[in-house]
Amino acid sequence: MADPELYPADAYHQHASLAVTERPLARAALMALAFAFLAIFLLLPLVVVFEQAFSRGIAPFLSAINDPDTIAAIRLTLLVAVISVPLNLVFGVAAAWAIAKFEFKGKAFLTTLIDLPFSVSPVISGLVYVLLFGASSLLGPWLKMHGIVILFAVPGIVLATVFVTFPFVARELIPLMQEQGTGDEEAALSLGANGWQTFWHVTLPNIKWGLLYGVLLCNARAMGEFGAVSVVSGHIRGLTNTMPLHVEILYNEYNAVAAFAVASVLAGLALVTLVLKTLLELRYGAEIAATRGH
Amino acid sequence: MEVRVSNVRKEFDRFPALRDVSLDIRSGELIALLGPSGSGKTTLLRLIAGLERPTRGTIFFGDEDASNRTIQQRNVGFVFQHYALFRHMTVADNIGFGLKVRPAAKRPTRAEIRARASELLDLVQLSGLEKRYPAQLSGGQRQRVALARAMAIEPKVLLLDEPFGALDAQVRRELRRWLREIHDATGHTTIFVTHDQEEALELADRVVVMSQGRIEQIGTADEVYDTPNSPFVYGFIGESSSLPVKVEDGQVWISDRPIGLSTPDLGDGEATLYFRPHDIELLDDCNGCIAGTLAASRRVAGTRRVELEIGGARERVEIELPVGHPAAQKSRVAFRPKRWKLFPKEG
Ligand SMILES: Nc1ncnc2c1ncn2[C@@H]1O[C@H](COP(=O)(O)OP(=O)(O)OP(=O)(O)O)[C@@H](O)[C@H]1O
Ligand SMILES: [Mg+2]
Repeated sequence: MADPELYPADAYHQHASLAVTERPLARAALMALAFAFLAIFLLLPLVVVFEQAFSRGIAPFLSAINDPDTIAAIRLTLLVAVISVPLNLVFGVAAAWAIAKFEFKGKAFLTTLIDLPFSVSPVISGLVYVLLFGASSLLGPWLKMHGIVILFAVPGIVLATVFVTFPFVARELIPLMQEQGTGDEEAALSLGANGWQTFWHVTLPNIKWGLLYGVLLCNARAMGEFGAVSVVSGHIRGLTNTMPLHVEILYNEYNAVAAFAVASVLAGLALVTLVLKTLLELRYGAEIAATRGH
Repeated sequence: MEVRVSNVRKEFDRFPALRDVSLDIRSGELIALLGPSGSGKTTLLRLIAGLERPTRGTIFFGDEDASNRTIQQRNVGFVFQHYALFRHMTVADNIGFGLKVRPAAKRPTRAEIRARASELLDLVQLSGLEKRYPAQLSGGQRQRVALARAMAIEPKVLLLDEPFGALDAQVRRELRRWLREIHDATGHTTIFVTHDQEEALELADRVVVMSQGRIEQIGTADEVYDTPNSPFVYGFIGESSSLPVKVEDGQVWISDRPIGLSTPDLGDGEATLYFRPHDIELLDDCNGCIAGTLAASRRVAGTRRVELEIGGARERVEIELPVGHPAAQKSRVAFRPKRWKLFPKEG
């Protein structure tokens, strides 16, 4: 997972760099290395995706995108993200709050639990849901009796996605909230604020940049998750195929242009979130700096 | 508002941070909680504020049991040791926060809140800094904003945790005088925590000396300094010297010599003699005195501190002489404390 320090600390590092400046040559070499690495391992594949998508011009690209199955896949992916990101936003904030601001038994266990989705393979996460809700599971007959469909349908996909993307928000917030402690909240309470006002006016503004970052990562992963979703989806075209699954199917059918076209849309969505984040940072850079110096 | 702490005990995971503490604070009083680190000062303050619940005992605000009231209802102004200013809010918004979060019926209008914030900024001598963020203030300025914020809700009781702890000596002295003025002007019942005895003695109407979760003594600056009621207070407040002694027939002895102090009330046995290093008289002829050989001598501001080795056990005590006093040149010095106190050895 990305280093949580990476994002908001720019303001700090600008000050720090004055004191710990390397010699120009060393600095140039380091920067060259970093850029070369980024270009080869991150930028190049992205460029290739777009290059392949448009390799036969714009028309095949458009027709690939306009395919009803593709549109259904895009819809489903967005739907899954729209459901699972807010859920994880709420769960993540609640879990981070509990861990960072309270002392209770089983705290270490809860912390480990939050990491679980990161530590087990997504395929296993998916399989767990199959074991839990499948026809031969304990819950299976009961679900069937009540006409509730979870596996190989949208609810299963959402559940698997929520599971896999759970740690992003919580992980981002826990160190931040631990560092900030409960002082501000206590101050707000002593000034007469109720719990909700304290959260809204004090806690949330203190964590909003970390929260935003966590949500963006969570969203990127929710749209891009393959393994767990693949197990529970059933790959029904036009119904339970998300974009990553659809890309795989197209690719396996040797429909490279269509596969890369859908992939480029997926990459585009991810880029949009990154651009959004950058814009927000530019717009509120001064505020981020001001709220961190203290 | 009177505050009464009655037989309060507070445990953290079985560890008693406060043991059976009782304290009566009169309305409008300025009280200092003084004690070494870990003695439970912050804990007591937080209990009064309602940030913590007592394990046992009760806290009364006036005649009312405060246990039934949440921190919001207690209406206390709390100034935190590290200020806890809201960093994303301007100074004016910080100060106005307590008014802004009031229920609609009691909430002043925006203009009123702004006016009140400016008024308070005037009071804490920071007019014109409304638009600044906390990160753009000096430590002393943050401190004053924190105080203004706490006072904005017109608290019945003002609680300050080491209000000047993080500031340099010069600023501390200024703010100290200024806090006294504000206290006198507003008349809040004020309790502040400090481990700086000078601050406590100078500022407070009464000082509460704490040690290891207990209150050792409550009294005015004069009382705790002139008549400490325990070895701890004697040692903690002001300079003090102590010597192990013996009491026999109402006379105080060091090894085999009486030192010319009589203590008719104390029974025979071992005891410790406490006195202030400056509160002594030097003697030329020693018939009944404490005599010792000069072991070390150093200049401290306007006086000279002399360390003496006393008797066969070579116990060391410090006394204070005027600079240039001839006794400091001699190898043997005899003296007798003018004011002193004996505490029988425990156990
Ligand atoms: N939340 C807590 N959990 C566990 N122990 C605590 C807690 N708060 C305080 N204590 C313990 O209670 C004792 C008293 O702490 P307190 O903070 O009241 O001391 P203090 O007099 O304010 O000290 P200082 O001058 O260092 O601030 C200490 O031994 C401390 O370790
Ligand atoms: Mg403290």
